[in-house]
Amino acid sequence: MEENVVLMARGITMTFPGVRALENVDFTLRRGEIHALMGENGAGKSTLIKCLTGINDFEAGEIRIAGINGPVKNHSTKDAQSVGISTVYQEVNLCPNLSVAENLFIGREPLTALRTIDRRSYNTRSQKIMDDLGIAVDVTQNLENYSLAIQQMVAIARAVDMDCKVLILDEPTSSLDDEEVEKLFVLMRRLKNQGVGIIFVTHFLEQVYAVCDRITVLRDGHFVGEYLIEDLPRVKLVAAMMGKNLDDLEEIGKENVRDISKNPIEISARGLSHTGTVKPFDLDIRKGEVIGVTGLLGSGRSELARAIYGADKASTGTLKVDGKEVKISQPIDAMNLGMGMLPDDRKAEGIIGDLSVRENMILALQARKGMFKPLSRAKQEEIVDQYIDLLQIKTANKETLVKQLSGGNQQKVILGRWLITQPDFLILDEPTRGIDVGTKAEIQKLILKLADEGKSILFISSEISEMLRTCSRMAVMRDGEKVGELDHDLTQENVMKAIAGGEQKND
Amino acid sequence: MTEKSFWKRVTGSGLLLPVMSLLLVMAVNIVFDILSGNNPFNFFMITLQQTTSNGSVLYGRIIDVLNRGSEAAILAIGMTLVVSSSAGTDISVGSVMSLCASFCCMLLAGYGVSSTNELAVPLVVGVLGGILMGSVCGAFNGTLVAYFRIQPMVATLILYSAARAVGLLLCNDLIVYVRNSSYAFFGSFLGPVPTPIVITAVCVAVITILLKKSALGMYIQSVGINAKASRISGLNSRRIMFLTYVLCGTFAGIAGIVASSRITSADSNNIGLYLEMDAILAVALGGNSLGGGRFNLAGSIIGAYTIQAITTTLYALGVSTTQAPVFKAIIVILIVAVQSEPVRAYMKKRRLARAAREGGAV
Amino acid sequence: MRKRSGLNGHTILLLITIALFIVLYAGGCIAYGSKGFTHLQTFLNILITNAGLICVACGLTVVMLTAGIDISVGALIAMDCMMLAVGMRSGIGAVPMMLIVLLVGVAFGTFQGFLIGYLEIQPFIVTMAGMFFCRGMTAVICTDQVSITQEINATFYKLANMKINIPFGGYTNKKGMYMTPYIRITVVVALLVLLAVFLLLRHTRFGRSLYAVGGNAQSAAMMGLNVKSIRMRAHMLCSVLASIGGICYCLNTMAGSVSQALGLEMDAISSAVIGGTLLTGGVGNVFGSFFGVLINGTISSIVKTNGKLASSWPNILTALLLFVFIVIQSIFAAVRTRKK
Repeated sequence: MEENVVLMARGITMTFPGVRALENVDFTLRRGEIHALMGENGAGKSTLIKCLTGINDFEAGEIRIAGINGPVKNHSTKDAQSVGISTVYQEVNLCPNLSVAENLFIGREPLTALRTIDRRSYNTRSQKIMDDLGIAVDVTQNLENYSLAIQQMVAIARAVDMDCKVLILDEPTSSLDDEEVEKLFVLMRRLKNQGVGIIFVTHFLEQVYAVCDRITVLRDGHFVGEYLIEDLPRVKLVAAMMGKNLDDLEEIGKENVRDISKNPIEISARGLSHTGTVKPFDLDIRKGEVIGVTGLLGSGRSELARAIYGADKASTGTLKVDGKEVKISQPIDAMNLGMGMLPDDRKAEGIIGDLSVRENMILALQARKGMFKPLSRAKQEEIVDQYIDLLQIKTANKETLVKQLSGGNQQKVILGRWLITQPDFLILDEPTRGIDVGTKAEIQKLILKLADEGKSILFISSEISEMLRTCSRMAVMRDGEKVGELDHDLTQENVMKAIAGGEQKND
Repeated sequence: MTEKSFWKRVTGSGLLLPVMSLLLVMAVNIVFDILSGNNPFNFFMITLQQTTSNGSVLYGRIIDVLNRGSEAAILAIGMTLVVSSSAGTDISVGSVMSLCASFCCMLLAGYGVSSTNELAVPLVVGVLGGILMGSVCGAFNGTLVAYFRIQPMVATLILYSAARAVGLLLCNDLIVYVRNSSYAFFGSFLGPVPTPIVITAVCVAVITILLKKSALGMYIQSVGINAKASRISGLNSRRIMFLTYVLCGTFAGIAGIVASSRITSADSNNIGLYLEMDAILAVALGGNSLGGGRFNLAGSIIGAYTIQAITTTLYALGVSTTQAPVFKAIIVILIVAVQSEPVRAYMKKRRLARAAREGGAV
Repeated sequence: MRKRSGLNGHTILLLITIALFIVLYAGGCIAYGSKGFTHLQTFLNILITNAGLICVACGLTVVMLTAGIDISVGALIAMDCMMLAVGMRSGIGAVPMMLIVLLVGVAFGTFQGFLIGYLEIQPFIVTMAGMFFCRGMTAVICTDQVSITQEINATFYKLANMKINIPFGGYTNKKGMYMTPYIRITVVVALLVLLAVFLLLRHTRFGRSLYAVGGNAQSAAMMGLNVKSIRMRAHMLCSVLASIGGICYCLNTMAGSVSQALGLEMDAISSAVIGGTLLTGGVGNVFGSFFGVLINGTISSIVKTNGKLASSWPNILTALLLFVFIVIQSIFAAVRTRKK
């Protein structure tokens, strides 16, 4: 192993049923560097980290760690800790009801001669650890009395105190404000100077350029490249992450040249926001229009859609549908106004796993009709059959539990659920995520067909290429804010520039 | 061939566990009757017997099981819905039964009267009052669970300890007797059939029609499986959860009236005692996961009668009323242990290992 | 760096509980002073009556800290009393019988703890079955009420009737006799248990790990604690403490019967909740539960002294308090999640 390298992963390959999550991925971490691991949804970041920390068992490849002969294979987080790999997650994995000192020492508290806990000794030791790291806390206070940023630093302090050589920070900044992020960076740089290798996972580009030395980019489970921060300006980074998917979908091409500028405005939002996730934004959507909302993961692209739909009740602003001002406090209100939403997290908010395909597809229409006007079984089957046909859903039969279907077919079931309600306005948040190329093409064609029928569609995807093919206009999101709209010169390059933003500052 | 498809249907519908348990209990009865030299099918014998007060009525062990199991079966209906929607149990149903019985008897006898032959208010008012009290209790539980987001067991703990005491208070600390044949009707006979059986049948029929003729069943399961996704699809998850608790309370009210009518009195301390346990056990025995989600009402009801059959069998074997809980406890533990995640994972691993070994051999 | 607040919600809950006890007791003194409520003995009687409950409440606090629950304790006490009564009637000595009862507690608790910790079955379901089992076993041992008289076991009888005098706080009664206040041995046991559990929770690794498991079981596991074993040991400890409580209870009632200690588990749970222990785990201490027991005892005592109130009032008032405290807890929880 090269000198200075603390962790080296070579040829890591890992498959989940039906999906190749990682294929032949390399990763190298050097002593005293902060190394960003970047990639969009499904790129394989979290899978790679889980391979390093022993949560996932990878199939091929090897991991080497400085000071240990031969390849290392961890089978649990405990194993990983024992070879010096510690992870701090966005969700702090500490006990909020214990004091800071206890969180540092739980399970390994120093004991007195009477086998009782030597509270004074570990309080002093904890205080020293925190002081050394420049974290100003009173270690005898309960952790829950401190802000999330401090809690995260305590988690880091615990990892460092357990003698870690490799510190993995998995999206630690997602719920921190700017000032807190800066404090975290101070701590990270201090640890870096002490020789700790830090793997930093984040989706905030600003932060990558503020603190990292090196970047490794993954895409679709493949290693794209390792770059020094100076060699990779933002636009190139975004390009590396999003790729230029020159797949077999080109023939869809630019069919979206229809003139919709005279169509009436279907949805009009003014100053709509949701506290903490998306800042006030304005947005107009015309009948028959496909509008794309683009931005990196966590930029507020999903949150914008959720605020319109009432999935997260809007904190401020007004919404007009067909020119009439409306109040939406929960999804059913939006549905009654002719909206539908396919959420990005299929498992958590989309499918109802233990219900059948039929029940899953009929659910939204039934909810709109009301509990006491049930659709007859015959009617249900008729409708469901029609849409299974239309969407070419591959299922043994209508009564198969939806959880037994493949991801792509599950997604089609949810799509069917909304198409059955005949919506005027449909929000599709990452409808093509984690599904095969063929299905992707079908969904893209369907979007255009729906628009032709006069429906308005808000389309969110992490693949710019597929948005370019379907959208006539794009709203760009960055850090929870709508920063602009693109309606001419829709090219990959322009969109990426808009997403990356702040180009001038870094060059 | 047909036999196989029958088996597939039984196992596929999730009724395997309750049906097997019921068959097992029946087998034990047959063996017992053979050993004691009786007719092997004593358990299933139904005869008409003359009584002085009710004319000729049906009689037999199986009738007894159906009759005595009525309250548990009625409670099991509500409990099934609650478990499905909220992944928790309503432990207050036994207490609420007692409160409803007390309230009904208090209305019928008048406050402070300990024994009466004349009804103070029309029978309908008393009975509906009692049932309505159940709905109110259910609404209280439902509010705490659905809107205050308190764990179901904790929320229902309040009425578990208070409802019985409130009932006693309503009856002025007395056991109120309503010695009126019209009130006794709910616990005696309708023609030759015990009324509780008829009431249970009506309850089951009503809820079945409600589930068939409305989308309620799908809503409850949907909320129980994935409340977030249900909300995005336009369901009001909290209201549905609330509704299941109201239904559960209402059924507890009906069960309370039946129990009280059997003894034509409101014995606050004993009505519904431990019945919440039977109801929960019936749900688990019916093949329903206590983790919520999909439910099988038929299973729960068969489960309730299975428990009664076990109790009746134990009595027939000479086990006393107070000792019977030991066996119930062992059965509960066996059922939940087999259903538990680690045991299932272990069994699956063994099965896979065996499959791999056999695959390797071929 | 900023701290969220000096006084956190849990301390406030505990202070409310203590204040509530003082107000209740003072109210009792003012309203029923003429009936002897002000005498020290009234307070000591609350302790004597509830000595068993104090032990049980300590046990429940332990399992509730891990976000568990144990509703088998009441039935376990009934079984303990019956074992003691029947065992001594058949000639076994008091001390061996007490040891047997404790051993049964250990075995029973370990089994329940295994099902909860290692098989991951909901504590409520397991202990519900445990409750059935113990009630039923009580009847299997003997279905009649068995009294423990001086003839059956003199040692036990002497132990039960031993008075430990308190050198102050006495009063002269109407006949002019000086009444020395006293406590029973059970009170001493209960207070020792209280102190022991307090020290265990505060000063041992096991005690602190209970809080960790209840605070966030997943984190606790990631920090290297053996969550399964900790859960099991917590339930074992609870059953042992309940068995000690059972012995105290038996020393009070001097009898074994199937219907003894009915609903005692709910008194213990409500005491712990009123004392500030969260049913969701991770927060609480035994002194809070102790004050919870005292509040329950004071309510009963006031109702008894009044003499005219219906016997169900204590239950209703306790449930009302339980309701208020649960709702306050849920509001605190809601406020905390909103802050984040």
